[in-house]
Amino acid sequence: MINELSRRTFLLRAGTGISAAWISANWPALLSASKHAHDAAMAAKPPKFEFFTPEQAAEIDAITARIIPTDELPGAREAGVLYFIDRGLATFSADDQKTYREGLPELQARVTEMFPNEVRFSSLTPQQQDEVLHSLDENVPSPRRPFRARPGAQNFFETLRQHTIAGFLIDPDYGGNDSGAGWKVIGREREHMFQAPFGFYDKDYPGWQPAPKEADKK
Amino acid sequence: MMVDQPKYKTSDEVDFVIIGSGAAGGILAKELSTNGFRVVVLEQGPYLTEADFTHNEVEILAQDELTNHPKLQPNTFRKTPSEKAKPQRAVLYGRCVGGTSVHFTANFWRFHEIDFIERSKIGPIPGTTFADWPITYADLEPYYTKVEWEIGVSGLAGASPFDPPRSKPYPMPPLPVKSSGVIFERAARKLGWHPFPAPMAILSQPQPGRSACINCGFCLAFGCEVGAKSSSLATAIRVAEKTGRCEIRPNSYVHRIETDTNGRAIGAVYFDEKRNTHLQKAKAVVVCANGAETPRLLLLSANKQFPNGLANSSGFVGKNLMLNSGGVTVGVFEHPLNDYKGFAVSRVLHDFYELDPQKVGFYGGGGLDARFDLTPISFALNALPPGTPRWGKDFKSALAHYFNRTMEIFCHGTSLPVENNSFSLDPDLKDAWGLPALRMTYKDHPDDLKLWRWQNERARELLDAASAQKQWSQPVGESQFAVHLLGTCRMGNDPRTSVINADHRTHDVKNLFLCDGSSLVTSGRGQPTMTIEALAFRAGDRVTALAKRGEIGA
Repeated sequence: MINELSRRTFLLRAGTGISAAWISANWPALLSASKHAHDAAMAAKPPKFEFFTPEQAAEIDAITARIIPTDELPGAREAGVLYFIDRGLATFSADDQKTYREGLPELQARVTEMFPNEVRFSSLTPQQQDEVLHSLDENVPSPRRPFRARPGAQNFFETLRQHTIAGFLIDPDYGGNDSGAGWKVIGREREHMFQAPFGFYDKDYPGWQPAPKEADKK
Repeated sequence: MMVDQPKYKTSDEVDFVIIGSGAAGGILAKELSTNGFRVVVLEQGPYLTEADFTHNEVEILAQDELTNHPKLQPNTFRKTPSEKAKPQRAVLYGRCVGGTSVHFTANFWRFHEIDFIERSKIGPIPGTTFADWPITYADLEPYYTKVEWEIGVSGLAGASPFDPPRSKPYPMPPLPVKSSGVIFERAARKLGWHPFPAPMAILSQPQPGRSACINCGFCLAFGCEVGAKSSSLATAIRVAEKTGRCEIRPNSYVHRIETDTNGRAIGAVYFDEKRNTHLQKAKAVVVCANGAETPRLLLLSANKQFPNGLANSSGFVGKNLMLNSGGVTVGVFEHPLNDYKGFAVSRVLHDFYELDPQKVGFYGGGGLDARFDLTPISFALNALPPGTPRWGKDFKSALAHYFNRTMEIFCHGTSLPVENNSFSLDPDLKDAWGLPALRMTYKDHPDDLKLWRWQNERARELLDAASAQKQWSQPVGESQFAVHLLGTCRMGNDPRTSVINADHRTHDVKNLFLCDGSSLVTSGRGQPTMTIEALAFRAGDRVTALAKRGEIGA
């Protein structure tokens, strides 16, 4: 499934006239659910969750915190990704509710398979949590011992991975990336307009000069 | 801004009904309405304005807020006519007033003289329908100038030694250079190449009612909130509306052109927003629906008199599809480029515009540009170096490192016209209105892939000369997805091998005109919109002249 996605990424990018088209074509289907209510996304953080139960929320929060962990820079938690996803599942990404509803228990089943005394992802140590997620990520080599195939959990993890990235990096005006936390990490200034010079290599540009000794045509 | 428009009744026979409001349709609406004609423009998408445009990546890129929606209008794809096509998104185009010009990159290169006469120079190429145009660069030059001055193109005349002759300089200076442009310019010069400031349909200086570019960084794929991007929406359509003779009717999905027993077009049949059907009567019909939807509409309009589709006596409607070959090579540098600021492209080079087939072993030519056209979520999902972890600590540190230090070199090139490469009606799949879905058949000509590979090598050479810390190329592969939709109702003098004549009039139906990417005979070097718009200005003159001579009843 995931390999199929990455293969399609290249297939589709191949031969497109512009790269934005490639991006558009490869946006996860899960982000392209029904038409969403911008207003809902813009609403203040809900006092309670719109889709998740508190128990689910704790699990999702723990997973997003491994997808984009907090270190000296903010991670998914500081960016309020959990709330972005919760709102999304209640609005623009409602088509993905099933993926979450069915995928989370499968992921928890994997937790118990790997760590027999545990039932919750959120109770594991960060190292154990990463082991569980690696076992569901087809892009990394197979784990040491084979587990039961869990396509539902794999699909869920891929969906959640993409939702986490979207919630971390979306323009903060659209209901994620709280306080521009994600943009701080990638070094994108939160301004609506910019002026040249933009970066290191154009700051000392002296202005356009025709190339020396280049008056000749072809 | 939408201004008061006339509201024509559908039973009111207007002079022209124009189908599509994009790069060509917007300009034809302006030209014909300012020439005194009564015009209705039917646009399948909504009428959005600057106030509606946002920086919401999820809404724009994932939910197709401005583009054709794969769920409502699904496509199918196959490589050859012997296969059964499978459902798969195959095309992307703007679906709103202004069409694709609302979200385009705005790279506005003119075609060169060679693009119009290359078949004569090179000779026939087996397996292709490679042909000369019935018009030359000289015929189109005044209209290129019109595009630059009336629509608004920033650039520097004379900066490229390969530029074709021009009658006037650009109306305004180039946009500022980006770090990607400086890196590109310095490295290309080391190699003896001739980089120049990119001609862009984005304002470097304010124009009446329009701001200069504010470098917001949400450009390609997004609608411009300040009117700096020279879309039809921000330019021609406003002028058309001010005439008081032009009605832009959005949410109007045309699915048939009606003809009478004399084989003349009498109007366009469309679904309104509530899916009620209407026939807008008109003395003449102009189709500017893009290189996919224009042939689809002609095929959907088949009737007893035109059993193979309207204006299709040649059998060429939908055929000879060209996409422009090419792809991206990515480079990473030591210091922050901050290329997320601003428009996409600031430097271009045309040293490889015309390659000698005897020397390189294939037909083709192209141009390279320096760009960064990725917004944050797209970058994180799609553009990190191959092999980078997709989540976790190392993913996060890679994001933090690469986002500001990455640039792209986009290699754009020719596609050869091949008859089997086409748009047609899928025999099984239907769209949300119950109409046959668009089917794409495409297999790249081997020379197109050779050119892409060859240009990728030049991009790698350039990044080497620039001392990039890391570089990689999108692998060369067969196309399955189309953005540039070219050649599918081509122009020509011979009705057996073309659909329209040099006046954009269909050979078969005297009051039916087609103008958009489908009109192109050759693909150019990867930036077709400038030429589509020049053709539209020229078509406006030709159609007006015919109308004034009483030849089309308008």
